[in-house]
Amino acid sequence: MHSDFQTYRFVMIVSILAAFLLSLTATSLKDKQDYNVEVDRKKNVLKCAGLDVMTINSEQIIINYSQFINEKVISKNGSYVDLKLTDLNQFEDKSTGQILYKNNNKEYLPLYEYSKNNEIVAYILPISGKGLWSTLYGYFSLANDMNTVKGITFYKHGETPGLGAEIEKKWFQDNFINKTIFNEMGQMVSVSVEKGKASGSGLEHKVDGISGATMTGAGLNKFLKSDLKRYIPFIKSLEIGA
Amino acid sequence: MSNKNIFSDPLINNNPVTKQILGICSALAVTVKLETALVMSISLTLVLACSNFLISLLRTMIPSKVRIIIQLTIIASLVILIDQVLKAYMYDISKQLSVFVGLIITNCIVMGRAEAFAMQNNPIDSFKDGVGNAFGYSIILILVSIFREILGSGSLMGISLIPQSIYDMGYVNNGLMLLAPGAFIVLGLIAWVQKTVTGVTED
Repeated sequence: MHSDFQTYRFVMIVSILAAFLLSLTATSLKDKQDYNVEVDRKKNVLKCAGLDVMTINSEQIIINYSQFINEKVISKNGSYVDLKLTDLNQFEDKSTGQILYKNNNKEYLPLYEYSKNNEIVAYILPISGKGLWSTLYGYFSLANDMNTVKGITFYKHGETPGLGAEIEKKWFQDNFINKTIFNEMGQMVSVSVEKGKASGSGLEHKVDGISGATMTGAGLNKFLKSDLKRYIPFIKSLEIGA
Repeated sequence: MSNKNIFSDPLINNNPVTKQILGICSALAVTVKLETALVMSISLTLVLACSNFLISLLRTMIPSKVRIIIQLTIIASLVILIDQVLKAYMYDISKQLSVFVGLIITNCIVMGRAEAFAMQNNPIDSFKDGVGNAFGYSIILILVSIFREILGSGSLMGISLIPQSIYDMGYVNNGLMLLAPGAFIVLGLIAWVQKTVTGVTED
């Protein structure tokens, strides 16, 4: 039989050893893990712009990213400002999952430009919001007509595998490509995930839903629209300029 | 029990998954593809072998009142260690395995072997028992994932096996195999074959 003192002592020793071991591993692997997260983020930006990233390794992703992607910051009324993406602090709205980007208490928006031969072919914007269980984080890209969808990706979420998690699958994301976000009246209607197969009128703004994941789709519709709304001043400014 | 049996018994006759029906949750969740099943198998083998060894080493020192907590502390530490290493060196796979590596902590096989074997036996035997049971689990996981990946995605290790000409003739991948019920069916069939072959009947 062990006395109470022996029991406490033993538990203490085991806990301290385990805690020490784990903190040691976590600290020593942190750089490597952060690098992976960064590569994954860049990979998703590239994938969203329509590049094939499945077959290239992480070094090539970094090279491609610096070659094709320009990170920009724009103000809420749509003009470019002279700030770096790293100058922005991110705040997540806990109720909607929307990320606010601030610098000195002023709100800004990040924007990624995808250029080929010195011409911008697509704009990529971060999107985020609540699905059913979790906040979804991803990117959405528009062609330079600022109407046609080039792609959508999600790099972080906690939806149910096989159901809501299908949002990260190719079949679902491919359905968004070539849809449009403005209707003929010039209103921003976004792209909506339907319940079941997309049918009826306005097919150019609808995609097929995921069976068993209606709520994830409903969440996506809501935050995609509200995130796109933030960029309307910018889109309008491009049209005036053109 | 002779030394040989400690290792070989859980492989077929007393397989933890198909005979004792333990560790089913992860066997369903990570077997959509062979690659994730392999990584999961390796992770579980490392955890189970080390936890059995460590717990057996400490078995005379562990106060019986708090033994389950101590076992869990050791198991959880090992699992978090492996999760961290996967995040650093195999990021894409660790993303696919998501919570399931963490859930090794609650895998009944690990707890079961610690409590039923490692607490009573010496470290070497416990280590063998851990590896044996982990291999028993791995065999089933790998078998199930091979069936599911070929039938569900038409590929193996991500390499496409079924030529386009067969798809053109109207063949479609079986979507059921991508979902958990597909794993249940395959698992049930394997348990059936295993019981018929070994002739083991329910007590």
